[in-house]
Amino acid sequence: MAVMQRIKKPTTRKGKKVLLSKEPKPVEGPKQCIFLQGRNPSDRARKVLRDIYDLKKPDAAFLNRKNDFVPFEDATLIEKICYKKEAALFGVSSHSKKRPHNVILGRTFNYGVLDMIELGAENFKAMSEFHNMKVLAGLKPCLLFNGPAWDLNQDLKRLKSLFTDFFYREKVETIRLQGLEHVLSFTATDDGNIFVRSYRILLKKSGQRTPRVELEEIGPSIDFKLRRTRLASDDLIREACRVPRELKPITKKNISKDAFGSKMGRIHMGKQDINRLQTRKMKGLKKSAEEKKEMLLKKKIAKKEAKAQAINSQ
Amino acid sequence: MDIVNDILEREQKKAEKYKPIVVEKHLELEFDVGTLLTSDTNDLDSKLIKSDQERDIYLQSLARDNTQLLLNKIWELPTERIDEAIVVRLPQPTTVLPRAKPVPKPKPLTKWQEFAKAKGITKTKKSKLEWDEQLQKWVPLYGFRKAAAEKEKNWLIPVPQNLDPMTDMYEKKATEKSEKVAKNELQRLKNIARARKVKIPRVGLPITSDKASSTQLATATSVAKASTASLGKFQDKLPKEKEARGKGVHELIPGKERKRKLPVPTPAAEKEQNLSMIDRILRKRPKIDMEKAVSKHINEEQLQRSEEKKSMKPMKGRGKPKGKGNATNFSAKKPKGGKGQRNPSKKNPGRKRR
Repeated sequence: MAVMQRIKKPTTRKGKKVLLSKEPKPVEGPKQCIFLQGRNPSDRARKVLRDIYDLKKPDAAFLNRKNDFVPFEDATLIEKICYKKEAALFGVSSHSKKRPHNVILGRTFNYGVLDMIELGAENFKAMSEFHNMKVLAGLKPCLLFNGPAWDLNQDLKRLKSLFTDFFYREKVETIRLQGLEHVLSFTATDDGNIFVRSYRILLKKSGQRTPRVELEEIGPSIDFKLRRTRLASDDLIREACRVPRELKPITKKNISKDAFGSKMGRIHMGKQDINRLQTRKMKGLKKSAEEKKEMLLKKKIAKKEAKAQAINSQ
Repeated sequence: MDIVNDILEREQKKAEKYKPIVVEKHLELEFDVGTLLTSDTNDLDSKLIKSDQERDIYLQSLARDNTQLLLNKIWELPTERIDEAIVVRLPQPTTVLPRAKPVPKPKPLTKWQEFAKAKGITKTKKSKLEWDEQLQKWVPLYGFRKAAAEKEKNWLIPVPQNLDPMTDMYEKKATEKSEKVAKNELQRLKNIARARKVKIPRVGLPITSDKASSTQLATATSVAKASTASLGKFQDKLPKEKEARGKGVHELIPGKERKRKLPVPTPAAEKEQNLSMIDRILRKRPKIDMEKAVSKHINEEQLQRSEEKKSMKPMKGRGKPKGKGNATNFSAKKPKGGKGQRNPSKKNPGRKRR
């Protein structure tokens, strides 16, 4: 499915407004997310999704109904629901003997599935099992990606981007220093284990301006195992990552900065005519009346020739 | 000196009271402060991460160190005060995330917009209300209360003299209006098709309520003739029939694709092209139809001969050659027939004797 130009006109003003709001925009808001239940999800898988939903909350919807479908075989249902709910991210929980406690996280582009990554929740401790104060909903969390595996493995590289997409929320210009409360830590090992931990930041005095950071685990704590993946082709990713022209910074030509930070400009000059250069005025160098007359005549002839040439060339 | 030492000692004690904010790392971390993201590429302690008891403590200490480093970076940024809250201005994020929908394309222009742009026609704003002299009140241009005003205004419509006196002028007006709406809708659809580059079937002739003009009829016949499976190849022609010509007619006739000329690359090439065309025209010689020329020539000769004969006849009558008294020009002698000698090389091999 793709964004289509409608043929039928909207009949009501409100309908028109809704359709306009669904049109692609240069700057997009926070990505909406839907959480679905697959065929017979286990309690653990469902709770994992529920906790991710709690972390993502203002921009997410949790759909309780079970759906008899397998996303890796047929993703049309996801595309349909994403179209209906205007969502770009999705999570599906399922459970089978072959793949116990399965959680599929993915994202869409232009209402078609872009990436889909399957994770098995091997260990899980829910948010409710940590008896302490949680963070406010809708906070922008700090994201930590630990371990060299994030950059080495192609699947994990995409998973890193996917996790960032899930918890990035929105581009902000400014952030309140006291609002930095939440940390999500993703640690990947070489054998495909991903440990997701969530902490609350406690800012302590350090005797300096920058505070000392202490962390308190607030949950959820999930140990994921990487399973199947379906990644988008590089072409599609490039298409999806395109920056609209309005947002591209306008480069100013011929302006540069040197090592000391001073601004340098380059100016293009025409060729200088040395003959007409005004030097020191002296009586001896002054032109006589005859010389002046001659010069004028020369100029006239030159002008005439130029005109004739122009006509010829036409 | 005692005082100085005292102060230094006190300061040291104070520093000992607080835990440090500096973290040592083997490899430098990568920060994306704009997205509040840190990636730590240092090797993990495999022993600690595999043991179930110590893993959580290790992960927490790792997370603490990395968070400390990230917050150190953030606290370095310039701060502002907005509504009694201290905020920092974040730099541009460096991580590129895919969009949810493709980058919006500029809306394609409609045919009218294109034309207006080419001609430099700008939209003039009309006032929403206009003073109606007949009704003596302000009437809206469209929408609410326009229809009522129109109804009030047209309580009576005279039938023009050239029309049937029984025509319902209200009905006529309504059909005209609905036709206008339909035409507008058709044009809107055409614009959409053009924007999507979809080929749409030809509508053919424009629907007119009045009689069709001769050019329209000619076009219609041409189109109808070409609308067979073989594109009108085997269709007979009427005597004096002409193919329809004019702007846009060619496109209507099926099977007639217009060949576009390539644009002229340079002015010099254009000049050469034009000169060669003039040359071609000036060099033209009349075409010679050999058969026609020959028959014409023969005809001329015959005419000349007959003229000669006519002019010769009176001469004949006046001065007859003396020896030939016979008017019919018959000789009394019998035909000799080759005198009995057969000559096979001759066309007439002579009389056969028995």
